[in-house]
Amino acid sequence: MLTMVQSLGRISIGWLQEIGASFLILLGALLRKPRPLKGLSLIIDQLYAVGVLSLVIIVVSAAFIGMVVALQGYNTLVKFGASSELGPLVALSVARELGPVVAALLFAGRAGSALTAEIALMKATDQLAGMSMMAVDPLKRIIAPRFWAGFLSLPMLTIIFDAVAIYSAFLVGVKWLGLDNGIFWSNMQATVNFYGDIINGVIKSVVFGFFVTWIAVYQGYQSEPTSEGMAAATTRTVVYASLMILGLDFILTTMMMGSW
Amino acid sequence: MQEHKTQTVVGLFVIIVIAALVFLAFKVSGLTSLASEHTYTVTADFNNIGGLKIRAPVRISGVTVGTVTDIKLDPVTFNAIVTIDINDSQNQVPIDTSASIFTEGLLGANYVNLTPGYQNKFLTDGGQIKSTKSALILENLIGQLLFNAKK
Repeated sequence: MLTMVQSLGRISIGWLQEIGASFLILLGALLRKPRPLKGLSLIIDQLYAVGVLSLVIIVVSAAFIGMVVALQGYNTLVKFGASSELGPLVALSVARELGPVVAALLFAGRAGSALTAEIALMKATDQLAGMSMMAVDPLKRIIAPRFWAGFLSLPMLTIIFDAVAIYSAFLVGVKWLGLDNGIFWSNMQATVNFYGDIINGVIKSVVFGFFVTWIAVYQGYQSEPTSEGMAAATTRTVVYASLMILGLDFILTTMMMGSW
Repeated sequence: MQEHKTQTVVGLFVIIVIAALVFLAFKVSGLTSLASEHTYTVTADFNNIGGLKIRAPVRISGVTVGTVTDIKLDPVTFNAIVTIDINDSQNQVPIDTSASIFTEGLLGANYVNLTPGYQNKFLTDGGQIKSTKSALILENLIGQLLFNAKK
């Protein structure tokens, strides 16, 4: 009995320590005074690695998700003679839910795991220790630009995801299934609100971007400097980030529901 | 050279994002201008507003000219006070205009329809629409029908 209580206490203390350590790393990375020009060019390099290189998987999955939602939606709506509502159906489900969540899940798998693996490998090969020996702060030189790049990339990728998914739904609905072009767009425009639907979706992705990159950077920085440690850290990034995205999505949706 | 290439690609990425945002704003959500149009506010008292909700459209002859911004209950008369914002471009709505609550289609949402009157005075900010017609409540209609049928 006592050992059970003891192990519960140990686990709780471990959890709290981990949360505290991750806060310290975040604050350490964000509160350092950045050097204006050099810092910006480091962020741009990371934007390329994190954002631009994730573009292909985002665009391809957005195109297929848009097409599938259009097909499924058409199939059901046409039974009620409501196929003119296909545009609003696709635009709302993509802008409110599918865009932010699916883009964030893909981003956690594609970019989050890469960030963790990169930082963990630097740690395993003592590059981070070497940097601090040379009075270069690894939090500032390695962690901060990666964090900012991930935080900025995900909302941008989500905007691209939304646009590609809606356009591919247009291709399926109008060009293939033969809905009327004008009705498709005008019903969509009458239903979708720019601030309430699209901007709220982007706000979701800003929150997701913050947490996914934070988890990725922290797991890399705290990983065991061995090959097993690297593997475990990468796995943890994807699992924790995905769970975090789904849980936060529910909370954010309940908060945003009032404006629909 | 390598660094320039990275910067160019990131720049292109940002341009694509802006293009996608413009597409979402103007083609998908039908935003016509970023600044919201100037409006003036009038109120109307209804006996029963049915299922009218805040942000419901206000129409004249089917053309949307404004939105419902607030719905309150008058504590004395127990009428519903509906606050309506009308776009400034429609600033010549006669003062004897009547407001009624209609339904879009058979099962659609409610909206406020304005039927313009004939006077040369116009509604201004803070004005009140005197003549109103309540929403048709299906249950009341059926009740009246049954009552008449019994007689």
